[in-house]
Amino acid sequence: MRLRKLATAIAAGVLAFGLGTAAQAGEKLRIGVEGAYPPFSWKEADGTLKGFDIDVALALCEKMGRECELVEQDWDGIIPALLAKKYDAIVASMSITEERKKRVDFTKKYYHEPAKFVARADAKFEGTPDGLKGKVVGVQRGTIHQCYMEKIFPGAELKLYGTQEEVFLDLVSGRLDAQISSSIQAQEGFLQEPEGKGFAFLGGDQFDLECHGEGAGIAVRKGDNELRLAFNKAIKAIRTDGTYTKINAKYFEFDIYGEEPPPGS
Amino acid sequence: MAEHSGGFLKSLEDFSTNVSPIDFVLIAQHYDLFLQGVVNTIALVVLSLVIGGVLSVPLAVARAYRTPVANQIIWAYVYVFRGTPLLVQTYLIYYGLGQFEIIRDSALWPFLREAWWCALIAFVLNTAAYTTEIFRGAIEAIPWGEIEAAKACGMSPWTRVRRVILPSAFRRALPMYSNEVIFMLHGSVVASTVTIVDILGAGRTLNAKYYLAYEGFIAAAVIYMILVFLISRGFKTWEKRWHAHLRPREI
Repeated sequence: MRLRKLATAIAAGVLAFGLGTAAQAGEKLRIGVEGAYPPFSWKEADGTLKGFDIDVALALCEKMGRECELVEQDWDGIIPALLAKKYDAIVASMSITEERKKRVDFTKKYYHEPAKFVARADAKFEGTPDGLKGKVVGVQRGTIHQCYMEKIFPGAELKLYGTQEEVFLDLVSGRLDAQISSSIQAQEGFLQEPEGKGFAFLGGDQFDLECHGEGAGIAVRKGDNELRLAFNKAIKAIRTDGTYTKINAKYFEFDIYGEEPPPGS
Repeated sequence: MAEHSGGFLKSLEDFSTNVSPIDFVLIAQHYDLFLQGVVNTIALVVLSLVIGGVLSVPLAVARAYRTPVANQIIWAYVYVFRGTPLLVQTYLIYYGLGQFEIIRDSALWPFLREAWWCALIAFVLNTAAYTTEIFRGAIEAIPWGEIEAAKACGMSPWTRVRRVILPSAFRRALPMYSNEVIFMLHGSVVASTVTIVDILGAGRTLNAKYYLAYEGFIAAAVIYMILVFLISRGFKTWEKRWHAHLRPREI
């Protein structure tokens, strides 16, 4: 038994060495994740990281034949820390937007979902620029939702938070009239939970291509094409071999990938 | 001429964005954001120091005179607020209290609802605890002779506190207190974690908006340094006046 384990380890090592380039082979691939964004990523009581992003990241590592280390990082420093080489890629539900592309390169999307407002179920206003005028709306700092609020809802009073969990805390306490975030995150991480009682989505999907982008991708440092293409290949591989579907089913009852991108894109 | 200066500004912007390690033009373009941050920080720090300072005087006297019961209560209060980080205190007041329906239904909620008041309450309680200890130490360090002299002049205990003990204690406490003011200024960055746009909050907002690593922090650091320079300068002048009798005299 032990011998077989050893043999597997050696085989894996040889394989990794053979596949990876000389510079990469021995090095662990470090991946930045957030850990405060259920169901995409959260931290268990014992400190282990769990969630859709985490599972996808680990599956991609396995496909690439690389040993990975997950590095937890607060959202508002997640791109700066990538640029500072604290890790080599970000798998944290990051939407592919033009503004971010100025700082980092993105892989193809690994999922896509719309943004929605959440407010008290008996809220007397609508999720429109007129309805939210003068209302206090919370968003997580540095997200696509901040961009969207500043662009489309300049009349609302915007409050910025470090984590999405804090936004929900203040929504419950009544400091916020509404909040905007990813709809799945709001559904699974808040509305379904006991503390989300009495709250509901306000209006339908919110979308602006400039702010929201084409979906969530994996960010790498500019010019790190080797890693970016390896991720793209791995995303394709887990999509075709059923790994993605398995992870998807663990968290969601529907296909979170969204539409297939047009061929050749 | 206009075209010429336009060309200069454009090239300056180009240099700032593409060549310079710090995008100073981008920082300058958001001066109003940092101005708002400076106003918020100064308002919070000054108010908490004034309120906390006023509160701490009777607390320090009660402690120094070992007033029964009050002494133990004040000791416990000071111990708790000096023994826990300001960040934890602010979180408990901001996120903690907001979780209780009793508080949300109470008359206090209009205040506790606002991040600004929560931060002010936390800062006041924190600085009052530290200042109490500074003043208590200064009162206890007053030479016995000064108090004896006051007694010999026939001053009542209250007059002694007012005319001799407190003025002497304030003088003695001044250098220590200037540290507390600077610590409070640095501690006030905690406000940025509860949605307040203070100086650090402005820096974070700038960083988050353009996905920058350090521009916002550098701008914030420079502003804090300028403020600390002004504070230490102010205290130096103050000490010169209050400690004039301690200056070495020319013979």
